[in-house]
Amino acid sequence: MPAPKSLFDKVWERHVVVPETAETPAVLYIDLHLVHEVTSPQAFDVLRARGLPVRRLDRTLATMDHSTPTDTAQIFGGLPIKLESAAKQVRQLEVNCAEFGVNLLGLRDDRRGIVHIIGPELGATQPGKTIVCGDSHTSTHGAFGALAFGIGTTEVGYVLATQCLLQRKPKSFAIDVTGRLPAGVTAKDLVLAIIGRIGVNGGTGHVIEYRGPAIEALSMDERMTVCNMSIEGGARAGMIAPDATTYEYLRGRPYAPAGVDWDAAVADWATLRTDDGAHFDRAISIDASSIEPMITFGTNPGMVTTVNGTVPERPGDDVFAKSLAYMGLQPGEALAEKPVQVVFIGSCTNARLSDLEAAANVLRGRKVAPGVRALIVPGSQQIKRQAEALGLAQVFQDSGAEWRESGCSMCLGMNGDLVDAGQYCVSTSNRNFEGRQGIGARTLLASPATAAAAAVRGRVTDPREFLG
Amino acid sequence: MQPITVIRSRTVVLPSSNIDTDQIIPARFLTTTVREGLGVSLFADWRYDGNGRPRPDFVLNQPQAAGCQVLVAGRNIGCGSSREHAPWALLDHGFRAVISTEIADIFRSNSLKNGLLPIVVDEETHGWLLAHPGVEVEIDLPASTLRLPDGRSSRFPIEAFARYCLTHGIDELGYLLQQQPAIADYERARGDAR
Repeated sequence: MPAPKSLFDKVWERHVVVPETAETPAVLYIDLHLVHEVTSPQAFDVLRARGLPVRRLDRTLATMDHSTPTDTAQIFGGLPIKLESAAKQVRQLEVNCAEFGVNLLGLRDDRRGIVHIIGPELGATQPGKTIVCGDSHTSTHGAFGALAFGIGTTEVGYVLATQCLLQRKPKSFAIDVTGRLPAGVTAKDLVLAIIGRIGVNGGTGHVIEYRGPAIEALSMDERMTVCNMSIEGGARAGMIAPDATTYEYLRGRPYAPAGVDWDAAVADWATLRTDDGAHFDRAISIDASSIEPMITFGTNPGMVTTVNGTVPERPGDDVFAKSLAYMGLQPGEALAEKPVQVVFIGSCTNARLSDLEAAANVLRGRKVAPGVRALIVPGSQQIKRQAEALGLAQVFQDSGAEWRESGCSMCLGMNGDLVDAGQYCVSTSNRNFEGRQGIGARTLLASPATAAAAAVRGRVTDPREFLG
Repeated sequence: MQPITVIRSRTVVLPSSNIDTDQIIPARFLTTTVREGLGVSLFADWRYDGNGRPRPDFVLNQPQAAGCQVLVAGRNIGCGSSREHAPWALLDHGFRAVISTEIADIFRSNSLKNGLLPIVVDEETHGWLLAHPGVEVEIDLPASTLRLPDGRSSRFPIEAFARYCLTHGIDELGYLLQQQPAIADYERARGDAR
């Protein structure tokens, strides 16, 4: 009897080109390399300096999302990109992709979008693949049973040149999620609760496998939200075993296998499940039925409580006190009823169609509160068109929210979409770090429903008030 | 890359835990297309006020920080974004090593690739370093030891392969390129030759 293996073990073993030894890490083959404008220019320079081609153009896919504007006029309206350095970076990716022959879904391509949203949307993200990108939220793709993790620019260069990375096998971490999420509680609330439990360094050095009935019940959009934030718990990757939900999502997508190849692929993917008795270096269990809508109050995603909760007290903890001072919050203060000035619904965490539907369900027939700026940014141009066809965009515009072109937008302050100093922003993104959304910006991370509820009330609000 | 053997320097201490890479280098500086010149933006939002003037109370703006090559940081430095601009900015400023009890995975990997030594120490050593900013330490990479001014010495863990590359000034890409026959064999074996 062969030793039982985890999903992670199986995907890892399939990609070992040269096994690791005491002296050398493994050479690990990469099936899909996603490239974007921010973390690739210096890597292409290395190829150029050493006279190297891209080894596998068929395994390399580029797009632009981080520094691109979301203002329609700057993309389709003939206006130049306002931020000069961003315009230069976008241009550099165009030049690099043309010179090396890389497939680029460029600024005006109707398949463009946030890199972690379009990989799955195009069907390029598939079970059992190794997937890397110069972006920490590459963990998103693990929702399909892929081993997907973020790398730095030097490693982007390695993968362009050799299609491989040097890696030590990480440790494994099983997170069993029992029960079912209650009505009005979302995948975002689940992953925030998990990070609150394990801490922002709880997953360091590990690959997480999320499993159990609550995970199996999630849609692919929801599974992506969970895996996306694995990195906020310190883990480079999070994985979920592929199942019928996964196959149904992928069937018919442009890069997915078709015909007899489809049947063969599904038969293979079905083997990518953790065997009974497989070893994990660490394991915890969480009861989904006890989770409530969550919101962060501090300056890392582990500083999280329920929307109806209060800011905890940690006497004598200077770092905690500094974080609260930045946030303008007091220990013991209730978060519900905290006034907000900005609401951002978007990012690789929560800008898929079902996220926009959740927000629209709250905003339909209602208005964004006076004094609140609500920015709604679809994760891809395809999602934008779908949301427009379904009437969601009209709901948003009728409510007074801004409806934009796709991109990373207000998740990080490098494309012109910014939160002003001192403002509170309820955001569906993934990081509440100091200054992440703009200098002095105060980020409260939450689900699309909670963000939409805050937009309507102008205060942090339990979205279950709007249910039914 | 220049070979690294021994680093002797005074320390700068930033005691905060969970210093993320957005603090090390904020996103608005990432629209660059080169590696150089990021040192001036290192810790920009902690280091400068709204008008771009240095905040006198921030440690990097104080005279004793000048020339220090070793940064001692609170637990879990480098979490968050994978931006390699973080080690680039630290190196451009003059740092050559970062010491903490925990260092986030991607930041650690990026640092090793650029010759910034990520050094993980035990709680006791860390506590002592946090309490004694500005002391002179010696980092011996071939021996993988950190020596404190009172003569105490402790070994730090570092991947043997990374240590070999750093002490010999070899980059890992050269090694990976030598693996191309094995990579081609792997591709052929799975019916996916170029």
